[in-house]
Parts: sequence; C-alpha cells; structure tokens
Amino acid sequence: MSLDSLIDGTLRGLAGALARREVKAAEVAGAFLDRIAAANPSLNCFITVDRERCLAEAASADRWLDAQHARLVGHPAAPDGPDAVSGRLAGVPIAHKDIFCAEGWRTTAGSRMLENFVAPYDAQVITRFRDAGAVHLGRANMDEFAMGSSNENSYFGPVRNPWDQTRVPGGSSGGSAAAVAAGLAPAATGTDTGGSIRQPAAWCGVSGLKPTYGRVSRYGMIAFASSLDQAGAFARCADDLALLLDVMAGHDVRDATSVARQDPGFASLLGQPLRGLRVGVPRDWFGPGLASGIGDAVQVALAELQRQGCTLVDIDLPASAHAIPAYYVIAPAEASSNLSRFDGVRFGHRAADYRNLDELYERSRAEGFGPEVKRRILIGSYVLSHGYYDAYYLQAQKVRRLIAEDFTRAFAQCDLIAGPVTPTSAFTLGACNDDPVQMYLEDMYTIPVNLAGLPGMSVPAGFDQGLPVGLQLIGPWWQEARLLQVAHAYQQHTDWHQFRPVGVPGVAA
Amino acid sequence: MKHWEVVIGLETHAQLSTRSKIFSGASTAFGAEPNSQACAVDLGLPGVLPVPNHGAVERAIRFGLAVGGHIAPLSVFARKNYFYPDLPKGYQISQFESPVVQGGTLTIHTSAGEKTVRLTRAHLEEDAGKSLHEDFHGCSGIDLNRAGTPLLEIVTEPDLRSAEEAVAYARALHGLVRWIEICDGNMQEGSFRCDVNVSVRPVGQAEYGTRCEIKNLNSFRFIERAVDCEVKRQIELIEDGGTVRQETRLYDPERDETRPMRSKEDAQDYRYFPDPDLPPLRIDAAWVREVAAGLPELPSARRARYQQELGLGVYDAGLLTASREAGDYFEALRAAAPAVDAKVCANWVNGELAAALNRAELDFAASRVSAIQLAGLLRRLADGTVSGKIAKEIFELMWSEGGEADAIIDAKGLRQISDSGALEAILRDIVERSPAQVAEYRGGKEKVFGFFVGQAMKATQGKANPAQLNELLRTLLAG
Amino acid sequence: MSLSEDDVRRVARLSRLALSAGELPRLQQDLSRILDLAGQLQAIDTRGVAPMAHPGAESVALRPDVVTESDRRAAYQAVAPQVQDGLYLVPKVIE
Repeated sequence: MSLDSLIDGTLRGLAGALARREVKAAEVAGAFLDRIAAANPSLNCFITVDRERCLAEAASADRWLDAQHARLVGHPAAPDGPDAVSGRLAGVPIAHKDIFCAEGWRTTAGSRMLENFVAPYDAQVITRFRDAGAVHLGRANMDEFAMGSSNENSYFGPVRNPWDQTRVPGGSSGGSAAAVAAGLAPAATGTDTGGSIRQPAAWCGVSGLKPTYGRVSRYGMIAFASSLDQAGAFARCADDLALLLDVMAGHDVRDATSVARQDPGFASLLGQPLRGLRVGVPRDWFGPGLASGIGDAVQVALAELQRQGCTLVDIDLPASAHAIPAYYVIAPAEASSNLSRFDGVRFGHRAADYRNLDELYERSRAEGFGPEVKRRILIGSYVLSHGYYDAYYLQAQKVRRLIAEDFTRAFAQCDLIAGPVTPTSAFTLGACNDDPVQMYLEDMYTIPVNLAGLPGMSVPAGFDQGLPVGLQLIGPWWQEARLLQVAHAYQQHTDWHQFRPVGVPGVAA
Repeated sequence: MKHWEVVIGLETHAQLSTRSKIFSGASTAFGAEPNSQACAVDLGLPGVLPVPNHGAVERAIRFGLAVGGHIAPLSVFARKNYFYPDLPKGYQISQFESPVVQGGTLTIHTSAGEKTVRLTRAHLEEDAGKSLHEDFHGCSGIDLNRAGTPLLEIVTEPDLRSAEEAVAYARALHGLVRWIEICDGNMQEGSFRCDVNVSVRPVGQAEYGTRCEIKNLNSFRFIERAVDCEVKRQIELIEDGGTVRQETRLYDPERDETRPMRSKEDAQDYRYFPDPDLPPLRIDAAWVREVAAGLPELPSARRARYQQELGLGVYDAGLLTASREAGDYFEALRAAAPAVDAKVCANWVNGELAAALNRAELDFAASRVSAIQLAGLLRRLADGTVSGKIAKEIFELMWSEGGEADAIIDAKGLRQISDSGALEAILRDIVERSPAQVAEYRGGKEKVFGFFVGQAMKATQGKANPAQLNELLRTLLAG
Repeated sequence: MSLSEDDVRRVARLSRLALSAGELPRLQQDLSRILDLAGQLQAIDTRGVAPMAHPGAESVALRPDVVTESDRRAAYQAVAPQVQDGLYLVPKVIE
C-alpha cells in the first residue's frame, strides 16, 4: 500500500500499520506536513504549524513503537491498532482546534487577543492524546472564540472549503473539518457549542461527533459558553470517531461538569445490525426553510436506514422552534462573563496606549476582539443586566428546559433521532456579512441538541449541487455508542464518506 | 431637637481555615512570595475551571449549625461580574439567590444586657487578590496569592442599635468562628473583615434612613470609631438640612473620619447569574448530622451551663466562654479538682491566671501554669493547707519557676498555721505586748483590729490561717 | 430600534469595550436585530417551568482540602505583559 493510500485510509488502519512498523511515524507526519505546506496557503486550515516540533514528537513515537514492537516479535501478527489504553494512537498525527491549550504551543482561539499566547499548560484533551501517543500535527483555524458558523471570524483569515474554495467550510471548527476533508490530517479535534462540529462536518463531507455534555473534560478548552461547549472530533468514518472518543472521553476531577460514567466502549455496538431500532424524524425540520437538495439527500439516507431494518417514527419537537433565540441569549450571556478575563493584565493582548486602568481594559479588549465577539459580549452583558435578566436570561433557561423535555418525550418513542444538519449548504465567502442574524439561523437543527446536552453526529449523506450534505444523528444522553452503531452501519452500505474533493494542492486526486 | 435612632447591620468576611483554596488546589498559607501561590485556576488563565473545596463547604455547615441557621440542601454558586485588577476572571464566584446558610442568630452581651442579633444569611465565595500601591513608577502591583481563598460572608439583619452593640456582635462572631475552628480570626492578616451599614432615623419612624456602607474594618476599635464618626456625620448632615447619599465609604484612622470611596461610576451592575461551570451544591442530611456530631459545646450552651448548673455569675461565665481555650482550661481544672468549688476555680482562672497571661501576652494554650498544676494548688487551698494569700505566692512561684504545689509548699515551708494552740500562744503574746492597742480596741476603735492581724501575720510569716486567726483574736480581745 | 445609542454606550462601558463613534450606528443596528431575535422568547408560556442552568451533572463534585499546586510563577508570568518583582503591574488604582 502506498503511503498516500495509507494516510488517506482509516485512523484504525493507520494506527495498526504504525504498530506493526509497516510505516514510521516520521514518514506519516512528514507526508501530512508536506501536504499542509502545499495546501495551507490557499485553504488556510492551520493557524500554527511547527514542523520541527511535530517531527520531534513523531520521532519519539517511533522510539516507543519500536520498543513495543520488539516486545511483540515472535507473536502472531498484532491486531489492528495497539490494545493498551496508552499508545492507542501512537504515531498518529492529530490536528487540534486552536482552542485547546497545549503547553509550549501558541494557542490563539482564532483571536488577536491571544495572538502571541503560548499556553503554559495542557488541556485534558491534549493530555489524553499525548498519553495515547498521538503526534500534535498543528493548530487548526477556527472562528474567533468559537463564535461563528463559517470560519470567517478568524483573526488569521477565513478557511476555504476544499470542495469549493469560493465557499466557507462552516464553523466554528472550520479549520479542523476542512483539514480532514482535504486530506491534510487523518483526524482533528473540534468543539461544538451550537453546531460547530456537526455543521462544518456536513459542509465539508466528513464525519463529526459532539458527545454528551459532560463526557469530555473542558479543562484547558478556552471557554465560549460553558453550559453548551463540548469537545469532539472529526474523522473519515464512524469507526474512527469511536477510537477518538475512547481516547478523549473520561471524568476529570478538574472539570466539575464532567461526569463519571461506566459505559461500555464507544465501539461496543459497532457491527450490530440495525434491525428493530426506531429512528425518530422531526417533521417540523423538513419545512420550507430546508433546501430541497438537502431534504432529498436526507430522505434517501433515511430510506437506507429503513432498508437496514430501522423503523421511522414521526416525532415532534415543538420547543425547538425557539432554540435559536434561547441560544442567542444564553451563549452570549455566558461568553460575556467568560471573556472578561481577557483584560491585558496577566496574558494576552495589551494596548500600547492607555492613560489609566479603564483605558487599559477598554482599548486592549477593543483591539483584541473581532466584531462578532464584541457583538456577543455586548448582547450577553445586556441580557444579564439589571432589569433584563428575567425577561431574557431566565426566560431562555426555561425555554431550554422545555426543549430538553421535548427530547425526553421523543426518546420514549424512538432510540435515536435523524434529520438534516443544516438548512442550506455552504455559502460563498462574504455572503452573510451584512446581517449577523442571518448566519445564526443556520444553526436551527444543531442548537437544540446543545441546549439539551445530547450527543449528536453528522455523517456525509450525499451532495446538493456539488456541495456535501450531512445526515444528523441525535442520541439520548450518554448513548454515543448507539449513534456510532447506526453511522457505521450506514457507512458500510454507502460510500458518501469516501468521496474526496479534487484539486487540493499537494494531495493526489 | 430630634432624637435619633441608629440602625446598623454588619457584613463580615471570614477567611475559612482550609489548607487549599476554595476552587483550586493552591495553598492558602499567609505570607508567601507574591504570586507563588496563584495557580492557573486562581489566575483565570484561558480554559481553567473551578472545583469546590470540601473543607470550605464543611466549615460553612459548621457555622450554620453553630448559629442555628438553616443549611440549604441545595445552594447555587453565582458569578458576580465586575472589572478590577485583583479579580483575575473579571468575576467573583459567590452565592446570590441560594446561599448555603439561611437565617440563624447570635447572642451578644452589652452594658444593657443580652440581645439576640438575627442573621440574614451566610454564603461561600472566593477572596480577591491584593493591590499594592507602593510606587512602581505610577503603577500598582497585583499579588494574586490571596485570590481564591475561601470566604464565608456573614450578614446580619439591621438589628444593631449602637457602636457598642456593633462591636459586641463583631467580638461575639469573632469568638464563635475561632471557637468552632473555621477561621483563625487573625485580623492583622485580614482573616476577619467587617463592613458596617449605618443609617439613622428619627425615633419612632418606621422606615429606615438612607444607609452608607463603611468597608474593610479590620479591628474592633475601628468598627467602634467608624460607626461613631458616621453616625455623627449623618446626623449633622440631616440637621443642617442635607440628605444622606447612599454610598460606600472608608474609615480613615489617621483623621478619625469616614470618607467616600473614589468610585469610578454609578452603582455597579453585577449581572449575577448561576455559574455554568458549577452544578448545584447539594448537602444531604447525613452530612449535616455528621458535622453536627463533631461540633464542640458551643459558647452559648457552655455559658448557660456555667450559670445555671455551676451557679457562676454573668461576668465570670462570660469571661470563661470568651474563648474556647479559656473554657477548656476551666473544664480541665475542674476535672482535676472536682472537690473544689466551681466559683473558686472561676475566680482563679479569671483573676490570677488571666492577669498573668495578660502580663506575659500569652494565651491559655501557652500558659506557664497548666490546669493540672493549678488544680493541685486549689486543692491545697480548699483543704486548708495554705491560706489564700500564700496560695497567690505559690502561684507566682509556679508561674516563674514551675513545679507542683505540694513540692513548693514543702520546700518553702508554707503550710498554713491552723493549729489553734500555737496560734493562741502567738496571739496572747501580742496582746500582752500591746496594752495600748487593746485599750483602744476595747474602747470601740474597730480599725485597731487590723493592727493585731498585721502583727500576727508578721509573727507567722503570713502563714496564719486567717479565719482561725480572726476567731481567736476576737475571743481574746473580748476579754 | 430596540436599543438606543445610550444603551449601547452603557453596555459597552459595563463590558469595558472602547467604542469609536464610527462603530456606534452599525453596532446599534446589529445589536437591535439580535435583541429582536431574543425578544421572540417573550411569547412563550413558561409558567411553572424551572430554569435549566446545567444540562449535565445533578450536583457538583467536591475536591478534598489538599494542596496540589506548586509554585509555577515563572511559567505563568512568562506570558504576562508587565511584571516586576513577581507582581503584575497595572496603572495605579486609587480608591
């Protein structure tokens, strides 16, 4: 198998080849780094790439793998991928959304505010990947402080959709999604607060998963909206996502919102047939707001699930119609508070000119934050302020409970929910510049999931006029394994997830 | 000329005596190098998260039980948002609508007697760092070691009516938090800080007057002075035709006056909301029971017991319950000398011992005479081996040189002379030698009695049993 | 518009964000639109509904009272804009 085929294959396959020493980590990392060097000038998926550091990590992984392999010599061929908890991804390069603090790496959150911030500690997610032996490939571009749905809000320039470089990849984890789609990384981490994994996964034609809130530690993940943020991943298939989630998930004493669970592994249901599963389909989500090309592709996907033995059940999620206003009260409110720490005093951007403390604050923050971030901070402060709290914030949290209760009721009738990820496919760069609210409406199918804290996935399900379409799967709390089971079964009998964009510089078609 | 009523409420911030901070694992030890005890969480670095300290919550429960308050089974941490350099996150994690302790009371004792002060609430929050204003070329230096230290904020209803009551309350609260070992009460180090809310109203008026808050008073003297100054200021202002503006003020001890804090703008909008990083704090009944079982006898209960069961007076009982150490010493003393009258024990602890401790600037724990030693002495006093006067001398010796009472009595031959035969002999001798004084006494000059007592004490080197001496002498002089 | 220029200035001050005069009209418009979106919440009947601040854990897990952190001042202050003698420097604050 050529190196290109290997690195364009599955994560599990790559990890296995590395473990069997059929390929060196240094070669693998080098190959990806070469692709990045060729493609990043146009796609702009990465904010920071450190070739030397990455290759040093790869060399370290090679030493570890050699030692492991030497111990296994004489035994029958090792199974695909190392079995141990530690070393599961030894030598595998992973791109990390530039929101996870990583010691010694510039961590910008896509913002001028952290343009020169070299993190002094590792996020739990980074630690877990390190412990699994993964190689830190580079820092993926993102909407500033995770606020955005197109990756046009990055201080470091927009990311371009590898399928059509005049278009956006989605956001806020646009760099991560595009990197995996373009073959610049075999997998990438992301975060999802209102759809920021699922939506770019859909628009870039890759598989993406947002776990249940509390499944993955948020320690070291730069906060946008604390009760909504959750770390997840992008990969080429469900099986790979299972592997990634196994590495990322787990209780962390440093995150009081992370939950200790004793669930079986995320891959535990892979390969189980879908016969008998009830798939809930929200009728309201197929209304006039949904582009017909997307609606058609999703219907075809649902038909495939039926063919495999699922029963489709009509469900109603009436409160989800109010998800967008609720989200755009709660998320900015939490963000306005979370971003107060960026004040030019202990880290981050500090204005050059100020005459007193107030000017230090006001100018550092005005210079450091982009327009979308400012808008959200201002709205957030407003809806929390005296006199408005009850009408906006408190009301939004009540609507949130209604939305969660809708899901609880729905899951009494079905085992998971399926539907579209987005109402439209990727728009052209600059198309939503005039009206921030227009962009917000893109999140209508993804936001309810975050408000309820449920796990959600997007898997490639076809094309709408040449642009990728995603199928969204939403599970009851803690049932990522069920989602992965369905996604995997779907991917065994369809090939949408294997399509690749052409014309990416440095990547053979 | 109106008569004015003063209305005072206190808010006290007590630093809880945990080893680590309320939301991080950094040390709370006082006096460390600047920013050497400010970890990533305390600094509010991007991505960090708070995790509450079990020890801080337990201390809050202890306090709630000690004041008879309600421990909330569910309480919520909330963010108080404002910008200040000593507040790294730009918000303080505190509690707003659902504090951990609700209600409760504290009994105070003033010259007017006993009074019950109602508490509104007590809640957990994190302390801020410190700003140092010594000149760094026109800058302030920020030390965040203190940021994240656990605080219990204790709020009273506006039940206090004078500076005396305010100080009595502050002292009682200070004593209590030390008693139940939730706070070391070290006011110089900032472990116990009071804000007072002061307003005045004409006697008989139902509505409260406009109040001013005087912040960060860290001594009982300052509390007293600040209240007096502020009351005077407000009354003068109103009587001159002005109105009191609601504002935050500071007490300036140099000038002995209060002045407004330099506030940057109008009243702050703190935009309180439940902290999304912290799910609700649940305290179950089992935990409360466990904490209750571990509480020592509380000052009010001990005081009542001393007065009712032991018959001690208000003053004595008050002194013995001013601190846990005083009462514990007293308890140990009584345990070692159960036959000695409780009042005698109390007198010695509150008298000789307290005076010696004061002179040496020691607390009970460091006393040079232990409860066991003192018990030994008081037993000898009770059984007549020594007189009260000699006992005091023995105490001085124990304090300066150590040793047990019996050993000292034997070594210095201090046994009281109670042998009436020997005493009578000595007295006869004095009477015979002093016919003039005898005549004066028999003539009605009662004071002359003292002359004979003095002579007898001299002759016995102070060892005459005074009671016996008096009785024998009177008999003799009566003729 | 739902927000006046004064509202925008006030909330900018609360958020410590300097605003240029040029920014103000556009911001007023954008924020008003967002607030209108949020205003849709008013129409929803939420009587008897408890607010949901935390989607996940039922109750917060506490940590034992143990010191786990050591002095990492040098590492943390390596990213600071202005420090002296271990202190973070800011323009003088007068109370």
